[in-house]
Amino acid sequence: MRKAKNPFYFCSHVELRESTGLKARNLRELVAILKDVPGSVIYYHTHVFLQQHQFASPEPPNAFAYWVTHTIGDEILGEKLGSIDISQYYTIRALREKMIQVIEKHLFDIQEIRSAPAGQEFDFTKSRTFVFKLPYTANNLSELVDVLGKISLYSLHFHMFAARLKFEKGINDFSNWITTSLGFPELAKKIGSLDPYTYTLVGLRDKIIDMVQNSPEWDQD
Amino acid sequence: MKITLKNYEDIIGKSIIDELKLIATKLKGKKIQHINSTKVGGGVAEMLNRIVPLFKEMGVDVSWDIIEGNKEFFDVTKKFHNALHGRKEQITQKDFDIYTQTSQNYIKKTKINGDIVYIHDPQPAALIEKKKEKTQKWLWRCHIDVSSPDKNVWDFLMQSVERYDASVFSSPKFTRALKIPQFLACPAIDPLSDKNKPLNQKEIDNVLHKYEIDKNKPIVSQTSRYDYLKDPVGVIEAFKLVKKYTDCQLVLAGNRAADDPETDKVLAEVKEAAKGVPDIHILLVPPEHNDIDINALQRASAVVVQKSLKEGFALTVTEALWKEKPVVASAVGGIPLQIKHRYSGLLCHSVEGAAMQIRQLLHSPEYAKRLASNGKAHIKRNFLLTRLMREHLLMALALYNDEDVIYL
Repeated sequence: MRKAKNPFYFCSHVELRESTGLKARNLRELVAILKDVPGSVIYYHTHVFLQQHQFASPEPPNAFAYWVTHTIGDEILGEKLGSIDISQYYTIRALREKMIQVIEKHLFDIQEIRSAPAGQEFDFTKSRTFVFKLPYTANNLSELVDVLGKISLYSLHFHMFAARLKFEKGINDFSNWITTSLGFPELAKKIGSLDPYTYTLVGLRDKIIDMVQNSPEWDQD
Repeated sequence: MKITLKNYEDIIGKSIIDELKLIATKLKGKKIQHINSTKVGGGVAEMLNRIVPLFKEMGVDVSWDIIEGNKEFFDVTKKFHNALHGRKEQITQKDFDIYTQTSQNYIKKTKINGDIVYIHDPQPAALIEKKKEKTQKWLWRCHIDVSSPDKNVWDFLMQSVERYDASVFSSPKFTRALKIPQFLACPAIDPLSDKNKPLNQKEIDNVLHKYEIDKNKPIVSQTSRYDYLKDPVGVIEAFKLVKKYTDCQLVLAGNRAADDPETDKVLAEVKEAAKGVPDIHILLVPPEHNDIDINALQRASAVVVQKSLKEGFALTVTEALWKEKPVVASAVGGIPLQIKHRYSGLLCHSVEGAAMQIRQLLHSPEYAKRLASNGKAHIKRNFLLTRLMREHLLMALALYNDEDVIYL
């Protein structure tokens, strides 16, 4: 089995939520606040359900879509926001701009601006991210699979989602390492092409392990 | 049996516990001191009773103290509590004076020895006067919903609160505009506590027998303190509507918290409301048996209700969901964070709504089972003690670093 030029260092991250004190009562306020909030707020609200409901999410993948659908009662905009393909965005800035564009276009088209009932405003929350190294490394694909099976889902989230978008590396950590340290660009590309937002985190872990173990690169020197 | 971190691994997994231990090492050399108003009764005391020993096991230097107060003081802080929740209360200058006088007394008597001082709720908030060194960090943890408080009480409290380094609320819905950071941390339950641990059928039956509850008739229950905000009379009204269609029984069970002088008054009104209605059990559970008895009563229930008018977080809902029980609860406070309507339970807004939903669950056991199963999974992921412990550690670390990304 091929040995990597550099080991893969497993990390994890955990988040502490903090209220920004900003609340939106309707779509105009939502879009106005969206333009100004820190990137960590956008990341939090587009990934919170992934973490909270990873066992079997019945909701749209982001909190903006959920609020627009269930509180404002605008199912059309809710669906548009919920179906923004986050995998196609490599920076929070680009994702933010897309959401603003979708909401502003919708606002232009609709006649009536509905407000949320008192107490059900959208609360903008930011998260402080704490990153730490785990005592695990991988030097080849077999070790990668072994460790993947025992790390927490926070660690998986860090390497698959946060690394790519929050830390704006543009690619998940596993694909990056498989290309640069193992020299298997095809396998890296396959993992990078997964649609991670449509898996539960447990399902995503299984999928990556299966993909690596059943790849032609698994036995390659 | 002594509960250790190892016991939690079977429930939430080794990787989560390992990460928790790893984060804890970053607080080496810091003393954390928790201060609240009671060691017995109420969610705060329950939570501290559990997390303090576990933090110690991890090597965190943590202690827990309480302030001294008398009945007069706790009568006032109960009124403050209700007023902060938005209930109309007659608050006089004398009440503020009693709070201030008692505060001066506990300020003198309470020894502060933490590098990080964690003050719970309004009763001990005035302790901030003891903050001396700049390096000492003070956190005010507000366990109640202050989104629409009585202005006089809130302004009075703010004189202390805004001198803290940061505050902690259970939900962004519970906060007010403050000049200090507002961390968010939902409360949590301990799956291994007497109140939540698995019980066998014999243990459950023994408790039912003790309270003369028929184990063969479906039980609808609400387990809460006897407090107006929990609306026990509303539960009885809802039960009367359910009883028209289904032969079931209602169990109202609560204990008495040391800092809550209102219990007897509410209990008397509840008994009055239940007069002449068959199959209502009104239980004042003695503190020494409270946890196991409440556990058994929840587990014996066909439907658990929490028809509060206002709530903090409503840990009783968390407890019931963890026991995989179908729940009908008001859409107030922290309840919507725990229950997504028709997915992990049913939310209601009125007596009639509660009654309708209790009937649905009693008459559709498969549907009730599905909601209960989803509810348990949600609690396991988001509302168990280990998640709260992690947030406690992170808040302590965040006091020394205000960056958005912190590398430990």
